[in-house]
Amino acid sequence: MAGKTLYDKLWESHLVRQNDDGSALLYIDRHLLHEVTSPQAFEGLRLAGREPWRIDANLATPDHNVPTTSVERRGGIAAIADEVSRIQVQTLDDNCARYGILQFGMHDARQGIVHVIGPEQGATLPGMTVVCGDSHTSTHGAFGALAHGIGTSEVEHVLATQCLIAQKMKNLQVRVEGELAPGVTAKDIALAVIGTIGTAGGTGYALEFAGSAIRALSMEGRMTLCNMAIEAGARVGLIAVDTKTIEYVKGRLFAPRGAQWELAVANWRQLHSDPDAVFDKVVELRAGDIKPQVSWGTSPEMVVAVDARVPDPAVESDPTKRDSIERALKYMGLAANQAITDIRLDRIFIGSCTNSRIEDLRAAAAVAKGRKVAASVKQALVVPGSGPVKAQAEQEGLDKIFIEAGFEWREPGCSMCLAMNADRLEAGEHCASTSNRNFEGRQGAGGRTHLVSPAMAAAAAVCGHFVDVRELLGREEVA
Amino acid sequence: MKAFVRHQGLVAPLDRANVDTDQIIPKQFLKSIQRTGFGPNLFDEWRYLDVGEPGRDNSKRPLNPDFVLNQARYQGASVLLARENFGCGSSREHAPWALEEYGFRVLIAPSYADIFYNNCFKNGLLPIVLSDGEVDELFRQAAASEGYRLTVDLAGQTVVRPDGGVYRFEVDAFRKHCLLEGLDEIGLTLAHGDQIRAFEARHRAAHPWLFGAGGSVTDERGMA
Ligand code: SF4
Repeated sequence: MAGKTLYDKLWESHLVRQNDDGSALLYIDRHLLHEVTSPQAFEGLRLAGREPWRIDANLATPDHNVPTTSVERRGGIAAIADEVSRIQVQTLDDNCARYGILQFGMHDARQGIVHVIGPEQGATLPGMTVVCGDSHTSTHGAFGALAHGIGTSEVEHVLATQCLIAQKMKNLQVRVEGELAPGVTAKDIALAVIGTIGTAGGTGYALEFAGSAIRALSMEGRMTLCNMAIEAGARVGLIAVDTKTIEYVKGRLFAPRGAQWELAVANWRQLHSDPDAVFDKVVELRAGDIKPQVSWGTSPEMVVAVDARVPDPAVESDPTKRDSIERALKYMGLAANQAITDIRLDRIFIGSCTNSRIEDLRAAAAVAKGRKVAASVKQALVVPGSGPVKAQAEQEGLDKIFIEAGFEWREPGCSMCLAMNADRLEAGEHCASTSNRNFEGRQGAGGRTHLVSPAMAAAAAVCGHFVDVRELLGREEVA
Repeated sequence: MKAFVRHQGLVAPLDRANVDTDQIIPKQFLKSIQRTGFGPNLFDEWRYLDVGEPGRDNSKRPLNPDFVLNQARYQGASVLLARENFGCGSSREHAPWALEEYGFRVLIAPSYADIFYNNCFKNGLLPIVLSDGEVDELFRQAAASEGYRLTVDLAGQTVVRPDGGVYRFEVDAFRKHCLLEGLDEIGLTLAHGDQIRAFEARHRAAHPWLFGAGGSVTDERGMA
């Protein structure tokens, strides 16, 4: 019999019940909540007269709509200027208080983007099932956890039953072998993978990233990669547990200790696909071929290397694809065959659950150091992913580097990733963004998003247009 | 959950691939804490010429005459025809809420994003997968004849064209059953409460760090 994939193992260890019709009941170890997708779930629970099954499996934080300026933050929930945002943040607060769910509220030093705080506090552990009413829950798969986004009805279902009705997915392995060139990051791998398999390439699959280039990534890099599995259509991204995973988890607030730690580690060491496991689909990329990536269109698969050109719809034979390219070029205000390095930027956004961790900020600061944001750039934002990331960055003096270069240094939250608060693009503006989605209007109605790595975003900020970050950095700096 | 058995309705063709949930319901409308009120802002950025904000009177906003749902012949449509990877992106259930409230009961496309597909069933909306060729044919027929209607039968898993042509579609047995009966999934799961508790006990014995002082997140521990 063939061995098991990591996904198979996680599925089996959480299977409460397998029904004859192919559906199954899966036990959920960790449920993360935020203010946007939970209010209707709590309301449903109340209307049905139900209580949460296991309070201590839940952890909540407001992130999508919290203001990121320290002035607006200081006044607390009552001072959130936007009325609807305020109601939503207040509703989460009320629901957590009512049910006794632990919340890192707006003023908690541990508040941040839900996908940053889980791993940061050890609330995400290897081998867990982790769900959240947010598609980027795939991020937590970097720890060898089975993690994916759910809808609001499912949020209610998990609250009430600690289970999810699930169908088993197929197994997809994306192998990235070899060494990344200096200056090329996990974000570039993610974009290159999506560019290769497309935004629906992973639909129906649990996507495991494997290969020497993945093993070489830091935990931050692995989170960046798994975060974007959903942009390739895969609800689940996964990476095997290794010593790096275990070292990262050790000592975190909710991580097991003492004898339980030893027991847990012995269990976690099994969390990898068996050598003879069979995947339904395997895709291979060579790390050495990947260059810094820039998305040019309105879907994350519309991406090319920084030294390339915007595609020409005239050479596309598939009519649906040709139509999509034409539509995207029109929306983005770009011409066919235009060089990527000719795209000028109005705003820069460094942040989001993809790239707002300490390593991301260090990479951006290394480029910004001693340089100035170009005069043509209207705004350059750096939004740390959480309170602890912000504190760490300030301790390292990264905030000063950014501020001296002309960036704004903000309070943690989703911010301009989806523009539910005041941070947003104006129509027609181009933004170099370290977030994960470049959909029409994502960062503000009519806004034009280009997805890049933190170092590439910082390089675009100081040049005013896209540039291969490797041209800015000396060899030793990019290493 | 709302039951779905059989439906006959007018077809509106949305000829775009990769329609994402940000497009279906833009984020400024997600701030509501209700399940309703999203219909008037379905496809907001395509449907109106100005920028929509929550709380505005949508009936006074300028419509985009080029957008398919604004055309006279598609008024009252309840079957949405779309291209591949419909509903990709954000997991927001507000997307099926908006589609349902607008009046759609059936979606037909060659493929959907997983989370969106799943969310539809929870809201009495039936997402049907047909082959590229079949979807192409429906686009052609819908464009060619005004008032083009399809009949969808969930029990028999068929889509019947006005010319009598029949397409069969697949749907997994559990989702079909729940939708046909309009079942409350939480109630169904809670009926297996003993099994969940038994699993929990085994799970706790095998992975004690996921419970109690380990993986449980509580205030005392959080404040430690
Ligand atoms: S940072 Fe962006 S993608 Fe991540 S959870 Fe927030 S809004 Fe979603």
